[in-house]
Amino acid sequence: MTATFLGMPPFPEAARAALADTQLRRNLAAATSTIRAKRAAVVGEVPHWEQLRVAGAAIKDEVLLHLDAYLMQLEAALEANGATVHWARDAAEANAIVADLAAAHGLDEIVKVKSMATQEIGLNEALAARGIAAWETDLAELIVQLGDDLPSHILVPAIHRNRAEIREIFARSMAAAGRPAPDDLTDDLTALAGAARLHLREKFLRARMAVSGANFAVAETGSLVVVESEGNGRMCLTLPEVLVSVVGIEKIVPTFADLDVFLQLLPRSSTGERMNPYTSIWSGATPGDGPQEVHVVLLDNGRTRALADEVGRQALRCIRCSACLNVCPVYERAGGHAYGSVYPGPIGAILTPLLRGVGADEQTDSLPYASSLCGACYEVCPVRIDIPAVLVDLRAQVVDAHRGQRPPKPEALAMRAAAHTLSSGQRLDRAERLTGLAGRLLERFGRVRLPGGRRGVRRLPGPGARWTSARDLPAPPCESFRSWFRREESG
Amino acid sequence: MSARDDILARVRSALAGAPRDHLPIDRAYRHATAPVDVVDRFVERVADYRADVRRVDEADLPAALAEALAGATTVVPAGFPWPVEHGVADAGLTDADLDRLDAVVTTATVGIAETGTIVLDHGPGQGRRALTLVPDRHICVIRRDQIVPDVPDAIAALDPSRPQTWISGPSATSDIELQRVEGVHGPRVLSVLLVSPHGGRVQPMRVEDQPSRLSQ
Repeated sequence: MTATFLGMPPFPEAARAALADTQLRRNLAAATSTIRAKRAAVVGEVPHWEQLRVAGAAIKDEVLLHLDAYLMQLEAALEANGATVHWARDAAEANAIVADLAAAHGLDEIVKVKSMATQEIGLNEALAARGIAAWETDLAELIVQLGDDLPSHILVPAIHRNRAEIREIFARSMAAAGRPAPDDLTDDLTALAGAARLHLREKFLRARMAVSGANFAVAETGSLVVVESEGNGRMCLTLPEVLVSVVGIEKIVPTFADLDVFLQLLPRSSTGERMNPYTSIWSGATPGDGPQEVHVVLLDNGRTRALADEVGRQALRCIRCSACLNVCPVYERAGGHAYGSVYPGPIGAILTPLLRGVGADEQTDSLPYASSLCGACYEVCPVRIDIPAVLVDLRAQVVDAHRGQRPPKPEALAMRAAAHTLSSGQRLDRAERLTGLAGRLLERFGRVRLPGGRRGVRRLPGPGARWTSARDLPAPPCESFRSWFRREESG
Repeated sequence: MSARDDILARVRSALAGAPRDHLPIDRAYRHATAPVDVVDRFVERVADYRADVRRVDEADLPAALAEALAGATTVVPAGFPWPVEHGVADAGLTDADLDRLDAVVTTATVGIAETGTIVLDHGPGQGRRALTLVPDRHICVIRRDQIVPDVPDAIAALDPSRPQTWISGPSATSDIELQRVEGVHGPRVLSVLLVSPHGGRVQPMRVEDQPSRLSQ
């Protein structure tokens, strides 16, 4: 049914392919520069933005460092409101809970609100395997689903598609999924939105069960919050009889009052708006209004592993705004698919290895290296996740995980050789005499001058060629400092 | 071991070496928004979302409603204080019935000036949530004294046990090329009637001046 991220190549390979896709790069450059400007404008309106960031980070840290207590408080509050609470250690357990609920009601279809957590666990595929159709109702997810594609961005999953491609997808695939697109469908944005409205309305009106995620779960009051723009969230959260919300355990905030920070940070950071069109807040079932059977599935799926990582723990503060994606120079050029997982971009580069663990698969291990460490992500993160620091720490973890592997990687050998040379004054001296000779030869016979006048090497032979494919190597000095000093001092 | 016990055990073990104190959180952000005329700001910000917003004296409200609705078949929630022509009560209306009606009128619980947001808590005059979702036009009547400066003020005024819908403009999406286009699943037309009881100026309200919960 839908594609999954299984078996994606490591980042460098995937990125190289993506870089060659000029349509993708054009779409991404236009989209990310637009949203960067919007975000900057609305954040610029808030002089106390930094205070909000500090408070947001502090509130999330408070929850993470006392997560067991807050989970129990949330469970009690949800149950007091008439919701049924389920716990899922991993994707398989969460999927089974949702599928069993649908089956218990004799359903062969459900509607879904966009939820990263449900994507992470592969819910749609798991339901399909049980003969239950899961209709995505978020416009971008609909585009991805109808296009049998993969999402490439947390917030705007179809950002890699332009309007002409979307028109094409609707015209080709809507009929198989329900109401067909109108024959005269143009690629005008209003027409496309209108086609989605009609196609999905019949599904909303007949749906008996919906699956959502939640942006925030308030421990004190047992309230869940869904932040959205289109109204599909409200459709799913209020029209069907049964509502199941899959919520990562890190989504908790302590009190209702704490929402006053996040409902400011999230809209401005994500869509660059003062406020998103619709935010829904509900505390269990309300008699006579909306679903009367309300379930919440609390999902671990690697979050406890991330929680145990002292440096990486801060990644769990993430409120899924995607500001880091929009500002990342690597993401802008490579796109989301190159990261090969549900969470792309800078946050994905840290969250995926933290959730899965490093050392087990090449693709995950490549993610902490999918960065130039420019730090733009840290500057825009509304909850101040120090992504570069976590990336560097994860790189160290990846190296440690492969320490002692046979045969050793060239990088490991080079590091060992360097350590051997640098750990003895005599060996260093001998090495410097060799590099001094190379320096004098380049001075005499070299033709390349780098900016600033120094001689250089544009291409090294052998494995060094890959290093110099994007760098110039300055010529080594003609003599070492120590030998210069000895000569000068004695002269 | 149940999944619950297992997860809680993993959480505790993950936090084994972590600091357990509760650090204070600086809440100065709650008083940081510069004071402005909240009503003017609200009108400006609501209009920014391409919602129709009009200031009306209370005496003129029934006429303004009639004009805004202009013959549309309209769901009128129980407890809505003003008369509505062609009004339909919410008595056993199915979702399909709602889909055939043109419009819905409601009151509101609180309005946020800084973000141009209207919050419904689906109490009297506002109706259950489906009413403001399925029909294509939503006319919302809000009083000047219900408008607060910013998000923290609104949160302080709301009852968390009530279901809430925060509305900032008509439904929209930015999913295609990140260009905003109005009108996906919620009402494509949002009209706001801002009612002045006595036509006088309203002072901007600060958090300290707020009652703990705004009532209808």
